[in-house]
Amino acid sequence: MRKLITGAAMTLMGLAGAALAEEYPERPIMMMVSYGAGGATDFQARIVTMTAGNEDALGMPIAIINKPGAGGRVGWNWFATQADPDGYTLAAYNVPHFIAQSIKGGVQYSSDSFEPIANWGADPAVFVVAADSPFNSMADVVAHAKENPGKLTFSGAGLFVGHHIAALQIEKAAGVKMAYIPTKGGGAAAMKAVIAGEVMGGVNNLSDAFRAQAAGNVRILGVADLARSEFLPDVPTMQEQGLEVDNSSVNFRGVMVPKGTPQEVIDQLAATVPEMFANPRVAKKMQAGGSPMHIMTRDEVKAMWAAREQTLKELLAGL
Amino acid sequence: MDFIFYFGDVFSPLSFLLLLGGTIGGLILGATPGLSPTMAVALLIPFTFHLEAVQGLILLGAAYTSTVAGGAVSAILLKIPGAPANIATTLDGHQMAKQGKGAKALQLSFLASAVGGIFGVLLLIFLTPLLAEWALAFGPSHLFWLAILGVTVIGSLDSASVVKGLLSGCIGLWLATIGFDDIMGAQRFIFHPSLGGGINIIAALIGLFAIPQVLTMFAKGRRTTGAEVIEVQKHSVLDATKELIRRPLALGIGTITGSIIGLIPGVGGQIAGLVAYDQTKKFSSEKEKFGKGHSEGVIAAEAANNAMVGPSLVPLLTLSIPGSPTAAVLLGGLLIHGIFPGSDLFDNHPDVAWTFINSMLVGQVLMCLFGLYVAGLAARVAQVPQSVMAAIVLALSVFGAYSVQSSMGDVYVMACLGIGMYFLERFGFSAAPLVLGLILGPIAESNFIQGGMIADATVGRASYFLSGGLNIFLIAVVVASVAYSAWMELRSRRYTTKEEAQA
Repeated sequence: MRKLITGAAMTLMGLAGAALAEEYPERPIMMMVSYGAGGATDFQARIVTMTAGNEDALGMPIAIINKPGAGGRVGWNWFATQADPDGYTLAAYNVPHFIAQSIKGGVQYSSDSFEPIANWGADPAVFVVAADSPFNSMADVVAHAKENPGKLTFSGAGLFVGHHIAALQIEKAAGVKMAYIPTKGGGAAAMKAVIAGEVMGGVNNLSDAFRAQAAGNVRILGVADLARSEFLPDVPTMQEQGLEVDNSSVNFRGVMVPKGTPQEVIDQLAATVPEMFANPRVAKKMQAGGSPMHIMTRDEVKAMWAAREQTLKELLAGL
Repeated sequence: MDFIFYFGDVFSPLSFLLLLGGTIGGLILGATPGLSPTMAVALLIPFTFHLEAVQGLILLGAAYTSTVAGGAVSAILLKIPGAPANIATTLDGHQMAKQGKGAKALQLSFLASAVGGIFGVLLLIFLTPLLAEWALAFGPSHLFWLAILGVTVIGSLDSASVVKGLLSGCIGLWLATIGFDDIMGAQRFIFHPSLGGGINIIAALIGLFAIPQVLTMFAKGRRTTGAEVIEVQKHSVLDATKELIRRPLALGIGTITGSIIGLIPGVGGQIAGLVAYDQTKKFSSEKEKFGKGHSEGVIAAEAANNAMVGPSLVPLLTLSIPGSPTAAVLLGGLLIHGIFPGSDLFDNHPDVAWTFINSMLVGQVLMCLFGLYVAGLAARVAQVPQSVMAAIVLALSVFGAYSVQSSMGDVYVMACLGIGMYFLERFGFSAAPLVLGLILGPIAESNFIQGGMIADATVGRASYFLSGGLNIFLIAVVVASVAYSAWMELRSRRYTTKEEAQA
């Protein structure tokens, strides 16, 4: 009798395994976003997954679940330790955030805990000043910082996030000491500090700064990326202004699964998801919201993660 | 007067249908424990993908206004505040429901909400440019003093004595330190993975208010079943309106406090109700009735939390900075249609901007009408036998805590805090000051650290925190508030000792 049951169970499991490979996905998929509803990551995740139910994409809808807290650590801790690696639990990643956090320690994940699927967006950090600020270029900022070491205050959203990395790189490239003020409440609070004149400048997301500049509240002095942004063709990069700042602080957003997810599921997702991102409806909504898109395949993301890990380890070693 | 020009758009068939749907749906969502206004609006965003920008925003605006008011239903009838905004409503509202005056409490809360809400939206319509400057005037040092002002309220709020009030406030302040510190990145008191993100305020609210109540019901056992059926008094809307007019002080203080505090980014919505409640109590001629089912308490709290709705959108609409979590979700609703808040919104899409604002105005009225309609029916909840009631409240509490971020960790937090609070209540401590500590702790701390960092790099801490008109004004209010509480405490002690001496 016991043999019979074991046999039946084995057969069922075998069937389930076969079915998984052939018919994945057979039920709706969940995607965890480690930031609150309404934030930039949540907003973009909802747009890029809105066509998941189409026949040419996954054929099943993707539901977004928010697990915010501690700068994303809560959600990624949950994803690394408790999420089922069955292909029905995806998560959004933010690079450099989770890599920088895993280097600093105190979390239960590293870049080895996750398998990337595809990248959808790249939001570079920019340096903003209030509309009435005396600074007109990064050179003005650096000159002021050289004359007043440690006295130039500039805001950003917390420690060990893209903004902080950009701040560290700017200080290192210019060889100056400035006062980085991490705010609680994300990029919006950091932007408010700049507009209200509480700080002299700030590092912020290109997408948010673009909107604030359009509203006439701030000016953008430089982009921390390798090339100019199509949203801001007139704003020079940091490198054009003589500051050796690369794209390490660019906030890459994409989809990943936990380690241990079946290889065939990963392959299928890696093949379909980039095409789903490339859907013209998605591109139109992203463009309208001022969110820069940057689609990368699984292999490209793997290379990007490895490169980022390398740079961040060097940059954060001195802290 | 642009807003009158676009009033017609609100009443086109589809728009009005959405407004109606948003209002009724919002009331139901708002009355469900654990579904805060932020969550309710976030849930509705996907529906707006398929609508025109104007219609989508009508739906969101209506839902926002009515969820805030709907939170009063569970606060009054079940003693589960759906969001921090409703904490103050439970203090007197639930007492009224227990005395069979649930219908009256609900009617008053909806009427007060409508008055406060309409005032708030009118402020948004007429004074937006002025209010935007005011919202920006609050820097880290001012927010720090504002939080300290909130702390001074703790002692006098709903406790057996000032010392016990302060002590439970301190417990709240300590609980607030749990989790990752966002500014410095340090880990504090994280003994369990479910505490990694700190204590979620919604889960804490449900635990602290609802669970002790459930335990009390269970503790009574079967002996008293049936003996405690409360007679629910009928109450006419006309009487409620008269009552509201007879309480201009509570209505006025609630509305004005809500409007002013609602404007301040990041602080407003959470403490507006509690501050208004406390101020009304201090100025009222019937102080001793507060906390025992007094109508002024409900009126002040509800007028304040709906008055905050309009002003809380000022930073978003003018500066493109979301000042509250709900505003952040609304920002997503605008962006998805390619509309940037700020001058772009009012210059290039006035139809969207004004129809949205108008829909909140009409939404307030509709919300009030529907609320009054269901108030009589809803109040019968008090007749449900206690054993059944305990089970319902417990189930709703677990559901509410879980649904905040689909996490069992929050349910454990809720249960632990609830059981702890049950025993604290036995010793005369109360949940309201504890929650106030939990809310104000992070505001005071992060603004002090941030202000300190700015001060160290610039003018020095002493002059940063202690100079400037707004700082000095806030410090003066703090001192006055402490002095008033101390004086009242001394006076009441003198009276009691006299009475004891006579007895």
